[in-house]
Amino acid sequence: MAIEVRRTAEGLELVLSGEWGAREFGAVDGELDGLDLGGARRVLIDAAALTRLDLSGAWALHEFVARARTAGAEVSFKGQAPDQLRLLDETLKEAQKGVEASPPPPPAGVPHGVLMRSLIDLGRRTERSAGGLNEGLAFLGRAAATAARGLLRPKHLRPISITRHVYETGITAIPIVALIAFLISVIIAYMSARQLQGLGADIYVVDLVTIGVLRELGVLLTSIIVAGRSGSAFAAELGSMKLNQEVDALIATGVDPFEVLVVPRVIGLVIALPLLTVIADLVGLAGGAMLCRFLLDMPLNQYFGRVIDAISNTTFWVGVVKAPVFALLIALAGCYHGMQVRSSARELGRLVTVAVVQAIFYVILADALFAVLFMQLDI
Amino acid sequence: MDPVLEVHGLVNRFGTQVVHDGLDMVVNRDEVFGIVGGSGTGKSVLLRTILGLQRPQAGTVRIDGQDITHMSFEQLRQVKSHYGVSFQAGALYSGLTVQQNVQLPMVEYLNLKEQALDDLALLKIRLVGLPAEAGAKYPAELSGGMVKRVALARALALDPSLLFLDEPTSGLDPVSAAAFDDLVLYLQKELKLTVVMITHDLDSIFRTCNRVGVIVDRRMITDTLEGIVNNPNPWIQEYFHGERARARLGALHGT
Repeated sequence: MAIEVRRTAEGLELVLSGEWGAREFGAVDGELDGLDLGGARRVLIDAAALTRLDLSGAWALHEFVARARTAGAEVSFKGQAPDQLRLLDETLKEAQKGVEASPPPPPAGVPHGVLMRSLIDLGRRTERSAGGLNEGLAFLGRAAATAARGLLRPKHLRPISITRHVYETGITAIPIVALIAFLISVIIAYMSARQLQGLGADIYVVDLVTIGVLRELGVLLTSIIVAGRSGSAFAAELGSMKLNQEVDALIATGVDPFEVLVVPRVIGLVIALPLLTVIADLVGLAGGAMLCRFLLDMPLNQYFGRVIDAISNTTFWVGVVKAPVFALLIALAGCYHGMQVRSSARELGRLVTVAVVQAIFYVILADALFAVLFMQLDI
Repeated sequence: MDPVLEVHGLVNRFGTQVVHDGLDMVVNRDEVFGIVGGSGTGKSVLLRTILGLQRPQAGTVRIDGQDITHMSFEQLRQVKSHYGVSFQAGALYSGLTVQQNVQLPMVEYLNLKEQALDDLALLKIRLVGLPAEAGAKYPAELSGGMVKRVALARALALDPSLLFLDEPTSGLDPVSAAAFDDLVLYLQKELKLTVVMITHDLDSIFRTCNRVGVIVDRRMITDTLEGIVNNPNPWIQEYFHGERARARLGALHGT
């Protein structure tokens, strides 16, 4: 790529040579932009020595010619003007030939002041939220109706599909759930032992671990892990099926996507999460036992004796009864946001994130409500 | 003859399944080369091998005389900037607008200013016959024909001299398909492109291709359009002389 500039009495003479392609565009464009026309009346361009001029290079030349002409210079080429310039003109001039029909553009908005704009924005957001609430309710209603129909006619419940989801959300989650439950009981035991040992009240470490794990932490942490694992998986699976038009294909075949996709996932998780909670409880108690044995030198029979004393009839059930409710919330959040995916991969990513965050939020909110409820019921 | 793309003795195997066994293919400068073959004969595998998306078990692929089968990533990157590819379903980046899609290769390879990027992208969008307003749209808002054109515009982003098209007219109605073929021919002539296209569309082959390579029995039979039509191979006979093909053959012989 090279531009040789000769200043003659009448104006400029440019001799172009070398390769002018997309790769040289930056340099060429910079050099042409930096070229001082100096009020030249005539610009003569000799392009005969160019070994290659592709469309990007031609664009740089085109821009320069336009600039020179605007500055009042008469631009001409020595010999023939490069063919590529003609193609450029053709492309830019031509009324769009063979253009595919495109959807009509949205009506252009009228410019508004700041106040008006924020009001409009508020209105749009409100409308969107209301629309979202509406869609959420419709989704919930359809899921409930489909599930109810399934309960009346169990053939529609898709037992094989439910089994698959119990396996994927439950069985395969056992190792991580067990590990987390173990670690959390270790944390409680360690933390409380430090405090209680000073008071000579070591034995209450057992109460804290047992009640903490059984009532709250077992089910809560399991739910949060499952929200991260399965809530996101549900949203991503359903979302990519939507993108791939698989959901449309189901509907076109006359199969209700709620029946084959949503309800089996919800029921599968409602079965799996309580079972996972039981496992988490057991592992948590075992972890507590181990720590008391090695940290506090408490014999195992004393530990389990204390566990029996510490819990009442309801302690275990208070924890486990929450699990199906949490499962419902997680599965619905995952499936709902998955089914909301409409157009792009970016939307899929956003909605998977929203699904997980909402699932965890609803789980914690529900847990708080349960705490109040059990307090009032005095259990 | 000035070969731009040469494939020699290509072998592709997946486990025990042999897809290509000593496949040869030569594409010369400034021609439109059509790759034809039944479903499952490895047209896509061939394209993926040529593009360096997968390495063959044996054989060489030369683009502009350079063997790409044993190149490092960095060398391959340089070669890749010299050709453009349009994938079957468009493969537009759904999170980017049309304009950003076209600019992506430029941003990756060229060090350009904002204004130049916008100008060049708009130029490419206009070049493939789309209105300037299309630049701000997202792929999800485009019709099937527009997606194909945007994919072509993106393939042309770096002004390549070699263009690969994977089933460019599949999924288009005959009128749009014909318009797209015309566009490819127009660009091929104006930009002096070498075009390699995989296609199933008989109309497209007869309208655009100078030479055709047919994948039969894990190898390629290459000939001019006239020559391939008269090839005695039974699959080729069926393909070009079956019920569907007769009308086009009539057109070719001007009857």
